[in-house]
Amino acid sequence: MLARVTTFAIEGVEPRTVLVEVDVRPGLPAFTIVGLGDTAVRESRERIRAAVLNSGLEFPQRRITANLAPASMRKAGPGFDLAMALALLAASGQLDGRALARAAVFGELALSGELRGAPGALAVAEGAARERVARLIVPADRVREAGLVEGLQVIGVRSLGEAAAAVTAPDDALPPTPPPPARRRTGASPDLADVRGQPLALLALQIAAAGAHNLLLEGAPGTGKTMLARRMPSILPPLTRAEAIEVTRIQSIGGTYRDGLAEQRPFRAPHHTISAAGLVGGGSPPRPGEATLAHRGVLFMDELSEFSRATLEALRQPLEDGRVTIVRGQHALVFPTRFMLVAATNPCPCGYAGLDGRCSCAPADLRRHQRRLSGPLLDRLDLLVNVERPTEAELRAPAVIDSAAAQARVAGARERQRHRLRESDARCNGELDAAGVRRFVTLEPAAARTLGDAYDAGVLSARGRQRVLRVAQTLADLDGRDRVGLDDLLTALSLRQRSVAGERVAA
Amino acid sequence: MSACTACLRRTWLLSALAGHLETERARIGELLRLEDARLIAAVGGARRPQLEAAHERFGEPQAELARARIDASAMEAICRCQRGYPESLRDLAAPPAVLHIGGAMRSADLMDRPHVALVGARGASAYGTAVAHSLGAALAASGVTVISGMAPGIDGESHLGALSAHGLTVAVMPGGADRPYPASAAPLHRQLARAGALVSELPPGTAVRRWMFAARNRVIAALAEVTVVIEASERSGSLLTAGLCAELGRRLAAVPGPVTSRLSQGPNRLILEGAALVRGAADVLDLLYGVGQRPAPADGRPALSAVQQQLLDAVAGGLDSAAALCARGIGGSRCLAELAALELGGRIRRAAGGRLVVIP
Repeated sequence: MLARVTTFAIEGVEPRTVLVEVDVRPGLPAFTIVGLGDTAVRESRERIRAAVLNSGLEFPQRRITANLAPASMRKAGPGFDLAMALALLAASGQLDGRALARAAVFGELALSGELRGAPGALAVAEGAARERVARLIVPADRVREAGLVEGLQVIGVRSLGEAAAAVTAPDDALPPTPPPPARRRTGASPDLADVRGQPLALLALQIAAAGAHNLLLEGAPGTGKTMLARRMPSILPPLTRAEAIEVTRIQSIGGTYRDGLAEQRPFRAPHHTISAAGLVGGGSPPRPGEATLAHRGVLFMDELSEFSRATLEALRQPLEDGRVTIVRGQHALVFPTRFMLVAATNPCPCGYAGLDGRCSCAPADLRRHQRRLSGPLLDRLDLLVNVERPTEAELRAPAVIDSAAAQARVAGARERQRHRLRESDARCNGELDAAGVRRFVTLEPAAARTLGDAYDAGVLSARGRQRVLRVAQTLADLDGRDRVGLDDLLTALSLRQRSVAGERVAA
Repeated sequence: MSACTACLRRTWLLSALAGHLETERARIGELLRLEDARLIAAVGGARRPQLEAAHERFGEPQAELARARIDASAMEAICRCQRGYPESLRDLAAPPAVLHIGGAMRSADLMDRPHVALVGARGASAYGTAVAHSLGAALAASGVTVISGMAPGIDGESHLGALSAHGLTVAVMPGGADRPYPASAAPLHRQLARAGALVSELPPGTAVRRWMFAARNRVIAALAEVTVVIEASERSGSLLTAGLCAELGRRLAAVPGPVTSRLSQGPNRLILEGAALVRGAADVLDLLYGVGQRPAPADGRPALSAVQQQLLDAVAGGLDSAAALCARGIGGSRCLAELAALELGGRIRRAAGGRLVVIP
């Protein structure tokens, strides 16, 4: 006899529907699993056998074949246990096969027949909602996570026996889907009000947040670059529900899920010894990297010049496309990576460049440092801001601005951009490409003249000109104007990258 | 018109002896004064018989080959037996036999203008590079040919300043003039090839050795009527160039700097010992033409607003970064805009680490 049930595999961060088919027929006792499973899937046989017997059910002494369709897709992990066990029960006549075919199930079995949670319940629930299954059965400790998806009946069960009962139970005998948990309260997140002094850096932070510009903080050790970067998520607009689901799903798959829907934008600060695979995702099976864990949030790269060349190169596609494609054998996985990059660097290896006599770097070290920092990555960094340690007077003075006030300014500027860019793919000035800059950035005559002079004088490169225009537009937006004025342009010019010695036009 | 066979033979000998001279570089000045046979005798060592034979064999065919190589490198060779050879070099005890000239300028362009050498440290400070750039630009704009050695730091900035003013500038190279030295100077080498001159005593393709720096410095000292030392620590090679100037009777000048800066120790001491003090291009022009004879080109920079003057004074007074300036007085965005205006107006420049430097 044959039975089917729907479950889900997670490819990258996307749920993929997997149909589990189990066939039981007379023959020498055997249990075969086909359908490109990994070791964890093959070991399911032993878990299922023990779990069925320990649940007081019958394990048929016949020829059992389980197939995970589509057979061409690789499947990994123990999340298919429950689906195969229930389909086995249906195929051996211990469960109603028609009811099972209408449900979706997900979970890992313990030998005792109890269920264990497998990561990714939220993604599975999204898949189940997409497939319009009647009910989704998940381990009890994952029911609240799966319940975040609306319009789906989610049933949490503790064991294989309860799961079998939940498949056939009439609707009115089921416990109601638990209400989705309240938005997560993570306690006090770092606030801009903790920052003393630093008016320039605070301004740059707001500009970056308002226009979704990537930001490079430059300053000697101990000047507060990391402290500033940590506060970036607090002034970005709050997550929309759709974004919050995306973030939560990634956290659920990446294993950093706590309870409830993500409230704060993620902040990830990988150490500079991270590998390229660790940063953009990889491994076998491929797991999301830091760039994906920072999706919709902030990726902070401290000591940018210390990251390996390969790691920095790997960031190119994620920065430009907002996603990263990882190809493994026959298939390609796509991880979303729409994050804001905040990078920090010392001005030179010892940190004291420009301070006569204090910098102890050899010219060769300086060149190596600058070479690391040049190239395609810098093209994506619209803003360069110099950070210095606050003075004693500033440390005693009250804070310049708090996160709530900054967030309100940012929200206003974002609204203005959304309105102006409604007919384009970009949502923020930071996402404008060359054509977008031409179409959406308008300059007042004085600003246009100054820009032309700066460009002709070789102060700006063609790419640098675009970066300056994007930032100038955000400055106008922050000020509540659509057209870029002379002061906006000059301010943006002050925040541009510096030319690298020996090549005059690098900014 | 190209170099004569005897002079090409001398140049060939110097490159053939490059390795031998390296071991004897302490007395390089003395060695370069020796004529061919005695030079081989002095440093030839075990290879002396072969070198003497090869020197004997070097005739018209070998000279033609050398000329062909010079032509292939798009260079001009002019020897000390010819009329167009810079007269100033004849003041040297051992003038270069052949001058190899590459780049956009030709030997005639090299001769008819006054020359000023701007020399100094490689690891220059922001102050030194700013001064070098603006002196290079102002002198070039006044019709002076700016000579330097293409190294990073003071030398490179002097060339870049002259290039930015569309003036004439000459890099005197230690090795072959077709080889950027150091390798990191390749972008500047390309620019000079397009718009300046690249000069060397040694034939194209010659790899750099340490003795060649001393040899090169004597050419710089002799070519320039005035040599300005911008920044140099007490043990810098630029001070050797300065010493040569004194021997040759050329005018020596130096740009003063803070007494606390290691890099200004050299120029400050030169001033103490009698070098002319240089505050700007006007002082150098006074040295060249006599006081007040040739005014420096008008400062084409836009006038300053009150706020800009205030900022400029603050930068000069030590608040030398945007962060420091924004934290005091003028508010954030306003301050940034004014700083950009000052930068575009040629009043300040941004150096490593976001330091702001006032351009004199």
